[in-house]
Order: sequence, then C-alpha cells, then structure tokens
Amino acid sequence: MKEITASMAGTVLNVLANSGDEVSEGQAVIMLESMKMEIPVEAESAGKISEVKVNIGDFVNEGDVLITFE
Amino acid sequence: MRKILIANRGEIASRIIKTCRQMGIKTAAVYSDADASMPFVKQADESFRIGEAPVNKSYLNMDAIVEIAKKVKADAIHPGYGLLSENAMFAKKIIDNNLQFIGPNPEVIEKMGDKITSRMVMKEAGVPVVPGTSGVKEIDEAKISAKDIGYPVMLKASGGGGGIGMVRCDDEQALIQHFSSTKNRAKAYFGSEEVFLEKCIENGRHIEVQIFGDLHGNTVHLFERNCSVQRRNQKVIEEARSPQLSAQTRERMYKAALDAANAVGYVNAGTVEFIVDENENFYFLEMNTRLQVEHPITEAITGLDLVKWQILIAGGEKLPLMQEEIVANGHALEFRVYAEDPKTFYPSPGKITTLKWGEDHLVRIDAGYEEGTQVTPFYDPMIAKCIVSGENRNECIERAIEFFKETRLEGIKNNIPLFNDILRHPDFQTGDYNTNFISQLLSIKK
Repeated sequence: MKEITASMAGTVLNVLANSGDEVSEGQAVIMLESMKMEIPVEAESAGKISEVKVNIGDFVNEGDVLITFE
Repeated sequence: MRKILIANRGEIASRIIKTCRQMGIKTAAVYSDADASMPFVKQADESFRIGEAPVNKSYLNMDAIVEIAKKVKADAIHPGYGLLSENAMFAKKIIDNNLQFIGPNPEVIEKMGDKITSRMVMKEAGVPVVPGTSGVKEIDEAKISAKDIGYPVMLKASGGGGGIGMVRCDDEQALIQHFSSTKNRAKAYFGSEEVFLEKCIENGRHIEVQIFGDLHGNTVHLFERNCSVQRRNQKVIEEARSPQLSAQTRERMYKAALDAANAVGYVNAGTVEFIVDENENFYFLEMNTRLQVEHPITEAITGLDLVKWQILIAGGEKLPLMQEEIVANGHALEFRVYAEDPKTFYPSPGKITTLKWGEDHLVRIDAGYEEGTQVTPFYDPMIAKCIVSGENRNECIERAIEFFKETRLEGIKNNIPLFNDILRHPDFQTGDYNTNFISQLLSIKK
C-alpha cells in the first residue's frame, strides 16, 4: 500500500494518525463526514505513514490522496 | 405576501413552491453549484446561484441569502427544515432587514435549540422530561451523575438535534470512552462543546405532536406521528397516527404538547418530540421550531396544507381552524428514500439512471431528484419521500408493498429493499415496534 485515497467526497472531521506512525491493517486513520454521516477511513494493510496530506476541516473529493506511506 | 424566497434545496424547496403557486405567491430559489440542474431551481419563478457546493459556502451563507431576498424584493423567507431553519441568528437577521421570517421568533428558536435550556423550560411548565442533568463539564462529574441516573445513559450535545451528537453508554467504561469524543463532535458540528446526560429509555418509541400557534395567542395540535423506525437515530418511516397508543395517553400527550407551546408563546409550526416507554410514560425530548420532514402524513390525515398555514400565520392571520374543527381521518405512512446502502447505511452518491415510481395515484411523492439527476455527496442522502395514505393502516401497508414492487430506482444504492423487509415484518404489521426495530431486524438477518 502506497497511499490511502478518499472513497467519497466529504469533509475531514478528524485525523487519527500522524506522520511517522506505524499503523495496522484495518486501523481507522481518518474520519470523513459525508451526507451527514461519519465515515471511518481505514488502512488496508500495515505500514508506516510518510505524510498525512489533509487537515481537519478540509474538503476532499473522491480519489484525493489522504495519506501516503513509506 | 407577494414573494417568498426559499432558503433551502431539494424536495422541501419544491414542496414550498407548490403551495406558493396555489396561493398566487411568487417564489425565488437559491442554489449551490452542485444543485444547478435540480428540479426546484427550474420550478421557482426566479433562481439565484448562491455559492459553491459545500453548505458553509452556499446554503449556510446568511448574508448572501438575505441580500438576494432584498434584491428581488421578497416579502418573506421560508427556511424549510435543516440548514438555517433553526438558526436564531438567521431569523433575527431576516427580521432586522424588514423581511418576514416564516417561523417562530428568534428568542424561542434559541431557547428550544439549547437542549439543556429547553428541558428546564419544559420542566417548569409541568411537561415531563427524561431524568437527566444540566451541562456536565468534566468526566468525573459525568461519572457521578450517570451513577445517580442509572445506566444505560444517553450522552448528548446540548446544541445537537436531528439524531446527531448523541451516544448511548451502557456502563462507566463506555461513558469514559465516549465523553471527550462526544464533546469534540459537539464542538465541530454545533459550535458548543456542552454535553449533558439523560436516562436511556429502553425500548422507547419516538412519538411527536404537531402544533401550531398564531400571533393572537391561539395554539392547536394536529395529532401525533410515530417516528420509531430509525437508523443511526434518524427517521426512515413515519406514520400518523401512532398505532398501539391508548386514547388516554394520546390526549395527555396533546395536552403536554400544547402546554409546551404555550410556555414559550409559540408561533407558527412546531413539533414537540416525546419518548414513550413500554408503560406509556412519556417524556419531552426536544422541540423542533420548524416544519418537519414528515409533515405530509399529518397533511394526509387532516386534509390541511401545513405550508399554507405557516404562510398565513407569518402574515399575521389567525389560525385557520379551531381545535374542534381539526379532524383526523384514515391513516398515512411516509417512507424516506435514501441514497444509501440498505444494510450498512453508508451513503451512495451517483447518478440516478432510472426512476419509475409505482402507479398509485393515491401515493404522494415529494421528490427532490428525478431520473438523470446526480445525487452529490454534499447534502443529506434523502432523495424523495413517498406518502401512502388510506382508510386504515392495513390498507396503507398493502398499498405500500405494491407501490415499491412497481418502483424502479437504479444507478445508486437505496433503501427500498429495507422498506420491503419492514413492511412484511409481523411486528411492523401489528404496530408493535420501537426505535430498536431496524437494528434488531438487521442483526437477525446477519
């Protein structure tokens, strides 16, 4: 896994991981809000985060890169 | 009133336009970039772009909306539901600009918008409220209060509403786990991190009473709606009147709702929401100071036009009917068609490639979208409401089954399959269901 992209357009409600963090498969890393619903974005596999590309309150479109991995 | 600006979108904008047209009132709509090709934009006499797709850049931009209303010389603004409809500052801004706000006065909106204040007001007026606290700041304070109230408890945002910003805590561990995240969420969604605790009413039913008040001090109720078929604390199917509710309780609820309205000098359309336990004890939950999504089922059983009443009352007229002249006939069910996965409830934006409703001229369809339009991820996932009315509840259920069998909705995931399961479920058919109904239905199917 090289990056995590947004599965749906929405607003970044919470960033749950930081650059340099080791995350495990299935771990929720970002919380998006779309159509009045909170949608957790999970890591598809374990890895070390290189960069979190978004901040709380950002609006993202489907396919936008949220997090990149080393 | 000659012209009304509608500060809303989708089906409710279309709904308001319909009544205005019947009353000979001109309409002005505002729309975001994402909504440029929506039906309501074409239906209004005039339409104005208000901004980019996200609500804070368009439908929540109070100044831009008021500016347009002044520019087109509108007499009044109808806020619909959601968005700015329960924003006291918006109502005040409208009034300060010498326009009419179609709704109650800003002070009442503010008082009822704060759940802790509204609980206090209702308690003083003798309306039963769910046992609970005022604002709790620290987790230690919350732990002591929760123990006093007794688990399970509901942790709620004081500024919350519409089922957002509340979480059930079964024990102290859950309370600790959810406390700070609920506060953060309250801050993010409602601008205030204040939270409070309420006793969780197990197996409760959500039953609400429609009320109306005029500027001459008159108030009436328009019977009740049962809105217990919910997912994620949000309504999916509503019915009027409620099944399985005794005549005495019904009357007591109407009286409590009117007491609530009179306690704040309520003017225009409002809804008093109650939670009803297994022994028909009922408690005030919140007051919605606006038109409700589910108002058409009340229209179906009373034969009245609630938007028309709202406009007349805002214009200073007396309530069109006295209490004894308002009569309920037959039964009505409303189905909220959502663009979402019927099992996970995750939203499903996309293009509606096919939309053919069932053929039943007695089914009212209030739709915001049509075939070929795009459901964007920016707003609520509701695409239409289908209101089935009939002489009695069984007839409504049978007709609804037929109607959805004939309906074809393609291109997006939607919850019509869930309606089919609910309509055939014995507990729904007997009317013996509460707010846990959908989650129980889905956990059995898993």
